[in-house]
Amino acid sequence: MPAVSKGDGMRGLAVFISDIRNCKSKEAEIKRINKELANIRSKFKGDKALDGYSKKKYVCKLLFIFLLGHDIDFGHMEAVNLLSSNKYTEKQIGYLFISVLVNSNSELIRLINNAIKNDLSSRNPTFMCLALHCIANVGSREMAEAFAGEIPRILVAGDTMDSVKQSAALCLLRLYKTSPDLVLMGEWTSRVVHLLNDQHMGVVTAAISLITCLSQKNPDEFKTCVSLAVSRLSRIVSSASTDLQDYTYYFVPAPWLSCKLLRLLQCYPPPEDGAVKGRLVECLETILNKAQEPPKSKKVQHSNAKNAILFEAIALIIHYDSEPNLLVRACNQLGQFLQHRETNLRYLALESMCTLASSEFSHEAVKTHIETVINALKTERDVSVRQRAADLLYAMCDRSNAKQIVAEMLSYLETADYSIREEMVLKVAILAEKYAVDYSWYVDTILNLIRIAGDYVSEEVWYRVIQIVINRDDVQGYAAKTVFEALQAPACHENMVKVGGYILGEFGNLIAGDPRSSPLVQFNLLHSKFHLCSVPTRALLLSAYIKFINLFPETKSTIQEVLRCDSQIRNSDVELQQRAVEYLKLSSIASTDVLATVLEEMPPFPERESSILAKLKKKKGPGAVSAGELEEGKREGGEVNGAERPGDNAAIASTPSPSADLLGLRSAAPVSAAPVSAGSLLVDVFSEAGPAASTAGVNDDGFLSCSSALSSAPPSVVSEDPAPPLPESDELLNKFVCKNNGVLFENQLLQIGIKSEYRQNLGRMYLFYGNKTSVQFVSFSTTLNVQLKPVDPLVEGGAQVQQVINIECLSDFSDAPLLNIKFRYGGALQNLSLKLPVTINKFFQPTEMSSHDFFQRWKQLSQPQQEAQKIFKANHPMDTEVLKAKLLGLGTALLDNVDPNPENFVCAGVIQTKAQQIGCLLRLEPNAQAQMYRLTLRSSKDTVAKRLCELLSEQF
Amino acid sequence: MQFMLLFSRQGKLRLQKWYVPLSDKEKKKITRELVQTVLARKPKMCSFLEWRDLKIVYKRYASLYFCCAIEDQDNELITLEIIHRYVELLDKYFGSVCELDIIFNFEKAYFILDEFLLGGEAQETSKKNVLKAIEQADLLQEVSHHEGSRFVD
Repeated sequence: MPAVSKGDGMRGLAVFISDIRNCKSKEAEIKRINKELANIRSKFKGDKALDGYSKKKYVCKLLFIFLLGHDIDFGHMEAVNLLSSNKYTEKQIGYLFISVLVNSNSELIRLINNAIKNDLSSRNPTFMCLALHCIANVGSREMAEAFAGEIPRILVAGDTMDSVKQSAALCLLRLYKTSPDLVLMGEWTSRVVHLLNDQHMGVVTAAISLITCLSQKNPDEFKTCVSLAVSRLSRIVSSASTDLQDYTYYFVPAPWLSCKLLRLLQCYPPPEDGAVKGRLVECLETILNKAQEPPKSKKVQHSNAKNAILFEAIALIIHYDSEPNLLVRACNQLGQFLQHRETNLRYLALESMCTLASSEFSHEAVKTHIETVINALKTERDVSVRQRAADLLYAMCDRSNAKQIVAEMLSYLETADYSIREEMVLKVAILAEKYAVDYSWYVDTILNLIRIAGDYVSEEVWYRVIQIVINRDDVQGYAAKTVFEALQAPACHENMVKVGGYILGEFGNLIAGDPRSSPLVQFNLLHSKFHLCSVPTRALLLSAYIKFINLFPETKSTIQEVLRCDSQIRNSDVELQQRAVEYLKLSSIASTDVLATVLEEMPPFPERESSILAKLKKKKGPGAVSAGELEEGKREGGEVNGAERPGDNAAIASTPSPSADLLGLRSAAPVSAAPVSAGSLLVDVFSEAGPAASTAGVNDDGFLSCSSALSSAPPSVVSEDPAPPLPESDELLNKFVCKNNGVLFENQLLQIGIKSEYRQNLGRMYLFYGNKTSVQFVSFSTTLNVQLKPVDPLVEGGAQVQQVINIECLSDFSDAPLLNIKFRYGGALQNLSLKLPVTINKFFQPTEMSSHDFFQRWKQLSQPQQEAQKIFKANHPMDTEVLKAKLLGLGTALLDNVDPNPENFVCAGVIQTKAQQIGCLLRLEPNAQAQMYRLTLRSSKDTVAKRLCELLSEQF
Repeated sequence: MQFMLLFSRQGKLRLQKWYVPLSDKEKKKITRELVQTVLARKPKMCSFLEWRDLKIVYKRYASLYFCCAIEDQDNELITLEIIHRYVELLDKYFGSVCELDIIFNFEKAYFILDEFLLGGEAQETSKKNVLKAIEQADLLQEVSHHEGSRFVD
């Protein structure tokens, strides 16, 4: 017989638990449980009123069954009944059941709240604590509504017992975390701060958690806590280990409270008052000194408690980042831990050093430990420790040690755990780019990456190497030579084939002089990989082949032969087939001049945030990559390419499907270069380039299919006045709130494509008017309710004309400009008006900020008119990635780790107008169960908050 | 702290305490994943690991794993000692506690935890004060007879 509690212990419960434990199979267990459930159900339904003890026992059994992982759908009422029992143990079980199995049944919540209210006003401290525990455990909004006003009163009342104060403080903290809007600051706040002076250490321990959380969101109201915290800390740090009696833990005085005090201080900048600051520095020095003293006990609890305080002190030192002396001492202390025999300490030292590495005062000191850290990467047995070592190497990397660190990380990659390979690859790629002095080293590193860990090299990484090679002509020949050599390997990774195909297609001519890499050798080498590759890679190779025809006329017949064979020209994949057909046709009918124009070398890529950096940020949250790195990343990438002038959008054999083919970029890359849009990865360019580019270019040879005449009658609009905007124009406008490029409008005659870019308060928009018919449009004119440069009055059948609009945002606005288009098609006047997709959010400048800053600003914008809120049903599936992409497309910075609820999204940005800058904060709270969103905008300008709220509520 | 889980070497959940609102489904998923992750780790490994965007701190006492999920700014070592203090409280209350005590007296394990931690934060760290509160409440209850290995020597 196992252990059973006696006395008032519930024998029936113990027997039931024993039964369950004796069940030999899952089925037997379920059977036993169902039997018990039936029994309890009948007892609850029976006519005979159950006594308190039985009720308690059955409720407890239900709880046990629930905790085993089974669903419980009854018994709530009985549990609620127990709440009003006079017997403490019955009440206690009732509360436990409610805490674990809370049900949002509104009727019950009312009853529960009633019972809690009675206990709170009972003046019996044990009952009051039970009720407070229940509120803290459930923490629902209904409870916050009922008790958020009452609990602060209990907390600061002079006659409240200490134990009740402790529970009240943490109960209030829980309510504040779930429903901050319901916990109103007031007269009680200053009295709460003074709990830091309370005689009872337990009260201080509990209250400080509440104060820390409130300080983070309302730093000004709580700033008096700094000096109180410092003096409390100072008293603890200087006390002898026995002074604090039961609050001393393994000879360490009040370790929990010390940690919490140091944590609270991290919510504030260093104290301004010299005396307070001096006292604090003294405390920090004492803590650092104590680390050097011999331990007072051999128990691990002693060293853990002591070191917990030490690490928290170091975190504070790093937070202040202003005391070089302390920073270096901290670094030395952590250096000792790097070789400690306790794995836990090595782990934490590596982690903590990562943040020290970013301080200018301690960066050099951290670097002295490079050998130890490299050794940890090689020898630690625990992958999580190795991961920390890799993070630290990344953080301590600079120009002086980049080659060594990258080499170590590369060699570690060969044996690295699968779970961390992708991140390692990104880090190596970033370091290689950031600290590349000579770009041949960079190219070598990336090709090595592909060789060693090809599967983990994401698109961003190989796109980036291509961007850089294209942008830097000093490395192109070397890159061509190196990929050519890499492709010689009998088995090379498909990513290598992609890079190889692309680079040889562009720069194969640079190595063609050497007979060992003559054009035909290059082609045969590439083509030998063709059959092993996936469709997208083959598509890329086909484009490389057509580039070869231009680079090396002597390969033309061989390549045409390849294109002509059935496996290409009749390939079942429509993309491959189309390319084969188009390229074959292009190569046979276009003159050399046309070919040379169409297949000209890629222009430099516009400079933008490194796509791999963006990817790492996405993986690790914004904290992982500092703003400085971003700046540096931008500077070093190469020259910035100016936006293309209208008219010279050279034609290229277009690929109507948005496939991931870099060669399709010719007409798209320069214009879609919104340098500040955080979502501007290469990938975006591909997915947006397709539709608008598809009508561009060479139609007369008939390989674009859109030149067929349309027989249906065009709409006959006679009026010469600008037509009223199309009914769907708002909807069309909404499509462009979160993106800049795409097809704005299309009917049987006309397609209007848009590409636009924005920087600060300026924008440029390219409008492409495509004639889908075979007949001319005459008297083609467009007017905008703002000034517009005239457009070519004739649009040939199947052709496209382009119009450029320069936009300047003078002040905030709500209505989009109206674009009116008139032309004659076969004599009939066509007249249509559209809203030009220029919305206020296009002038967003993203702003990264910490959680603390965000909520501080959020709070500053608390006047009712500064907020706009909407609750609406989801129109699209609630996919997190799609939501993120849209929010990025909006132009704001998407802030991770700001909202306490990870399901929510918060964004920040500044709208740039000529007249002023308007800060905006956004919070989007999805509710997957209800398929609803709550969207809140706060802005320094009410009209902007309102307009953004309207625009965005249509997006999700 | 976001939650605390106690589970056996066989992966059976013995106690769960959630300090953030989550659906039952999500709780089950988290439990399954974490139990698996922690049980797969070897003895001398570090007591901390990154999991999703949380930090996991765990320690094994005899047949039972104590596992806490804390947030980014929280202190790992002090959390390790939170676990230890909780074990000490259980040990003192049950008198050299073992897994069976927690199975058969799960409600007590919850009550003790509530006195010690509330809303995921340390409420009262003095062993005496916590036990005084519990003992005041159940003077009638008394525990006998224990089996299994001890957590604390």
